[in-house]
Amino acid sequence: MNALFSQLVSVAFHGMAYGMILYIISVGLSVTMGLMGFANLAHGVFAMAGGYVMLTMMNTYGVPFPLALAIAFVAVALGSMVLERLLYARLYSAGELAQVLFTIGLILMAIAVARLIYGTLQQPVTLPSYMQGQINLLGRDFPAYRVVVIIFSVLIAVLLWFGVERTRWGAMLRAAVDNRSMAQSIGIDTKKLFTLTFALGSGLAAIGGGMGAELLSIQPTYPFEHLVFFLIVVSIGGMGTLKGPFVAALLIGVTDTACKYWLPQFGAFFIYAAAIALLLWRPAGLFGRTT
Amino acid sequence: MATPSIVAITAHAGGYGADARIKWTEWLPWIAAIAVYFFAPSYLPLGSYILILILFALSLDLILGYAGIITLGHTAYFGLGAYVAGILAKFGTADPLIGLVVAAVAAGVFGLITGAIILRTHGLTLLMLTLAITSICYEIANKATDWTGGADGLSGISMNALFGQFKFDMFGNTAYLYSLVLLFVGWWLIRRIIYSPFGASLAGVRENAVRMHAVGAPVYRRLVTVYGISAAIAGVAGAALTHTTQFVGLKVLGFELSGDLLVMLILGGVGRLYGAFIGPLIYLLAQDALAKQYPEYWYFWIGALLVVIVMFAPGGVLGLIDSIRARFRKS
Repeated sequence: MNALFSQLVSVAFHGMAYGMILYIISVGLSVTMGLMGFANLAHGVFAMAGGYVMLTMMNTYGVPFPLALAIAFVAVALGSMVLERLLYARLYSAGELAQVLFTIGLILMAIAVARLIYGTLQQPVTLPSYMQGQINLLGRDFPAYRVVVIIFSVLIAVLLWFGVERTRWGAMLRAAVDNRSMAQSIGIDTKKLFTLTFALGSGLAAIGGGMGAELLSIQPTYPFEHLVFFLIVVSIGGMGTLKGPFVAALLIGVTDTACKYWLPQFGAFFIYAAAIALLLWRPAGLFGRTT
Repeated sequence: MATPSIVAITAHAGGYGADARIKWTEWLPWIAAIAVYFFAPSYLPLGSYILILILFALSLDLILGYAGIITLGHTAYFGLGAYVAGILAKFGTADPLIGLVVAAVAAGVFGLITGAIILRTHGLTLLMLTLAITSICYEIANKATDWTGGADGLSGISMNALFGQFKFDMFGNTAYLYSLVLLFVGWWLIRRIIYSPFGASLAGVRENAVRMHAVGAPVYRRLVTVYGISAAIAGVAGAALTHTTQFVGLKVLGFELSGDLLVMLILGGVGRLYGAFIGPLIYLLAQDALAKQYPEYWYFWIGALLVVIVMFAPGGVLGLIDSIRARFRKS
């Protein structure tokens, strides 16, 4: 009985850490989709780029972990801003197929570039000493790295919630999600709003990629390998909300960890089946608005 | 700046107004294919692979170009057809025609069931579901090693001679003609569908689903129907691959093939019927010549090609030809 209980705690804990990483990465995708209606399959590229930037900073230049993460955030956010202005913005009205093809093209190019610079092997992660080892909580040992991941991600989620629900930028964002042309006609500069939101979402993905480098290893096929999971989070959560992806990412993180722990022979089978069943019940996702 | 629609609305869009008679240019691909048989026999194995992928691309064009269903998981049906044909040949009957029928029915039924599930959604969710279904099929094929051979692939298939007469020889003579005939039948069927009222209603759904609802068209039922038909055709293409190569690898269910297929169709031109002919031909010939030495660079250029097509040449190769012809006519 006690053994089962500690298994449950362990699975819930690891699942939570995994789910939080999924959330930090996917929330930007959900917002881009809800705000601009842009099917950005290349979102994982930003997460991968974040991971590479962070690990290069740490491994080659000896930058400490928190600073490397901040650099990854800024670098990827700025880079994505350039991409958005140059390429993405031209396709906002182009229809879904064009967006899907364009972003698949970006993924293929990103994979090739990553392979050229870093090779096919996954990047080594050396965690700072305070993230190695265990932390003792309530008489149990938990890996420190995952504790940090969870706390940090919850912090980001709270900050995001505050930003979207309580600030002027958030009010403009919500207005634009609800009704873009109305928001435009009362003088909200949606173009600027889009660019900033896109950069923020990509920057968050970079943080997720960097933070989660130990969980989702950084290697060139990253954007394709985890694409389905990012999409599942967004679809199940519902587009354009903050709460949706949070709940969905937790659910998926815990379910997937549980399946891999108790039924490893089935691989990712159950998570796909569960996602299909859930969307059969609610095609617009758990918190999505039916249009 | 409004980017032009990536789907052709004029050429072979079908519908009531369109002239359904076969133009002389439409015979050219067939003449070329027969010429290859007589004049370039060393290309027959690659040729029959190209013909099969053209059939597969046609099935994708039917749902993507005409019905506007964006999918990244069409290999589910292709792979199912390939595995059904392989398993049937190994453990049941090795007659190719029976194999074709069984594969078509299996893939078609699977297409109807999965279509009924996924077509209730749209956008990213639909994309995700197509990926998820293919991934499930891949997992099953990978794990059910007794039936599918798992990662090693299903080998030891030996097909009976076609009609008891034509053996699948190692030079690919029978395989090539077999693939060509299947492609011809598939092309004829899809062409009929496109020019039928049913095809016109599909184009209507693609262009404006809300209005199709408003005029009382059963949108969902139409989409599921065409999805099932397309899945059956993809299944036949998969079965043909098994019959001609006498081997099934996990690749037939892989994401890579789905992506490649999409790129081929886009390269040729979506919703143009003959884009599905030109795309695989160019793509596979180029791949055969270039990709083997530098696979990394190959995919970089494919990615760049996709971006360029989307930005500057949304109609693919055929779209470019159309616009060049239009410019000449003006001057």
